[in-house]
Amino acid sequence: MATIYEELKAKGYTRREFLKFCGIMAAMMGLQKTGAAQIVEALETKPRVHVIWDHFQECTCCSESFIRASHPLVGKILLELISLDYDDTLMAASGYVAEANKEGAIKDNYGKYILCVEGAIPTGSYGYCTLAGTSALDSFKHDAEGAAAIIAWGNCACSGCIQAAHPNPTGAKPVHKLISGKPIINVQGCPPIADVMAGVIVYYTTFERLPELDNMGRPKMFYKDRIHDTCYRRAFYDAGLFVQSFDDENAKRGYCLYYMGCKGPNTFNSCGVLRWNDCISYPIQSGHPCIGCAEPGYFDQEPFYQHIPSVHGIGIEATADKIGAAAAVATLAGISIHAVVTNIQKRKLIQNSGDFPVTPDEVDGN
Amino acid sequence: MRSVRRNLREVYVWQLPVRFFHWINAGCIIVLCITGYIIGDPPAVQHATEAIYNYWFGWLRLTHLAVGMIFVVNIGMRVYWAFAGNRFAKWFNFIPLTKEQWKSIFATLKVDVLLLTHHPVYDIGHNSLAATTYFGLFLLSIVQALTGFMMMFVTTNNVGQPVTDWMLFGMDGFYVVRYIHHFLMWAFVLFMIVHVYLVFYHDYIERNGIASSMIGGWKFIKEEVVEDYLKDINEECLKHHTEAECQADEDDPDA
Repeated sequence: MATIYEELKAKGYTRREFLKFCGIMAAMMGLQKTGAAQIVEALETKPRVHVIWDHFQECTCCSESFIRASHPLVGKILLELISLDYDDTLMAASGYVAEANKEGAIKDNYGKYILCVEGAIPTGSYGYCTLAGTSALDSFKHDAEGAAAIIAWGNCACSGCIQAAHPNPTGAKPVHKLISGKPIINVQGCPPIADVMAGVIVYYTTFERLPELDNMGRPKMFYKDRIHDTCYRRAFYDAGLFVQSFDDENAKRGYCLYYMGCKGPNTFNSCGVLRWNDCISYPIQSGHPCIGCAEPGYFDQEPFYQHIPSVHGIGIEATADKIGAAAAVATLAGISIHAVVTNIQKRKLIQNSGDFPVTPDEVDGN
Repeated sequence: MRSVRRNLREVYVWQLPVRFFHWINAGCIIVLCITGYIIGDPPAVQHATEAIYNYWFGWLRLTHLAVGMIFVVNIGMRVYWAFAGNRFAKWFNFIPLTKEQWKSIFATLKVDVLLLTHHPVYDIGHNSLAATTYFGLFLLSIVQALTGFMMMFVTTNNVGQPVTDWMLFGMDGFYVVRYIHHFLMWAFVLFMIVHVYLVFYHDYIERNGIASSMIGGWKFIKEEVVEDYLKDINEECLKHHTEAECQADEDDPDA
């Protein structure tokens, strides 16, 4: 079987392009000096990893991100890097042929292939998401059975994203809640940064093991830091210089967007470091607060333009502060009433004649 | 002039560490609430200088974090004193495990909260209801400290970081943790309002010097109450110890 490098060479990539790609990947994963060589060696000697790519309830923005990877090299090579045996949005085959392809790939590589999942999986009615006559849930379970590892792309597959947001009509669930006993990598984001997606696959190909994960299943090398701590506007935060509204002078000066509801302080992702679209920019750089798309349940933390989210189930827009202040006012009112009632009810005690018997001679005058 | 002849005894209730704890704790809570609120909802400071010349938000956060540390160490000290202190400072006052404590809680509710009767419940230390509330506050403080540490340590190399990171991510990240931390701040505000009011209330109707007792440590207690209390304690003591030991205990100024 041809190695990855051989296949790339056959496709017309030069040695120079190949090494460049390996260098980018090594730098991005934060490997030590020998890391690039390790990647080169792995890609030169190893066959491609077989991948089954399932799409469920999603908007396909993960795939979009993936195929439009920042560095053109990354995106192109990545698609050569894996043997994408089944991907219902990208494959040329359709209908029975496509499904037969998938079954064949699963049988041939049973226990060895990687299952990539994009989208949340509805646990409600079959009608919500059915592929080739099989419900999303059955299809997922079938595909996951023989997988060596599962990569959950994006917030949908990692934590349900908008589908699982309140009230979650389809009963959408993320991958890790539906299966246990399989290694799952959660590649968070809506969508995840393409270079991060590439990094995860290259890491797995090179080292044949999962990258180090945190206990939310995210690879630490990309999700270790908060956007807030890697943000180029952080200096304005520490200086207490905040944008007060989108059209004010401070917004033009590029001050911190914390006050505009920026979720950078809540969100673990590499946007501040890797950035998007050929490392050009990321939301905060273009003047919009981070909406925290790499965090579970971010869609329920509305509104996006408010630092402290509203409390659900109260009807009117209520934040913790409003509720707290209302409770404090109610308490003050309560103790005022209590004080008045005390003065009436305990007047004998207050005048010192109600508790222990006090005889007139004990009270010396008024 | 109006004065009442009554047999009151001065009782040394709050030892120095308890009083120190109380005021450090009070100071910390006030500073933490104010700085915490500003961190959550910063005021609009408009000026056209460069970020390099300002660091007030940084100092504010440093204050919050540093005072938070003092708050935690102070609580740690009080936990130690809950085992080493006198009988009014001991841990069993704060956890309602006995029937008497629950009885006293309901009696206090009836007398002081619902104002159903005007006969006060006499206690020398905390009344059982207050003590139980303080235990609740202690638990709140622990949650507040833990959620604070989770958010703080995530960007540090603190020894506690692996544990707090594990908890942070176990709770699905910052949103939940930040929310709890923010909401509980208001619980402290409510506690402060009620606590200060009730001190005024007791001082006003019972005139036992409860407000100043947290400064000097002494309370004025009716002689009968003190005698009853000492008798109770002596009986309890005699079950396990000799008479001489119990007498010595009673004479010990710190017991």
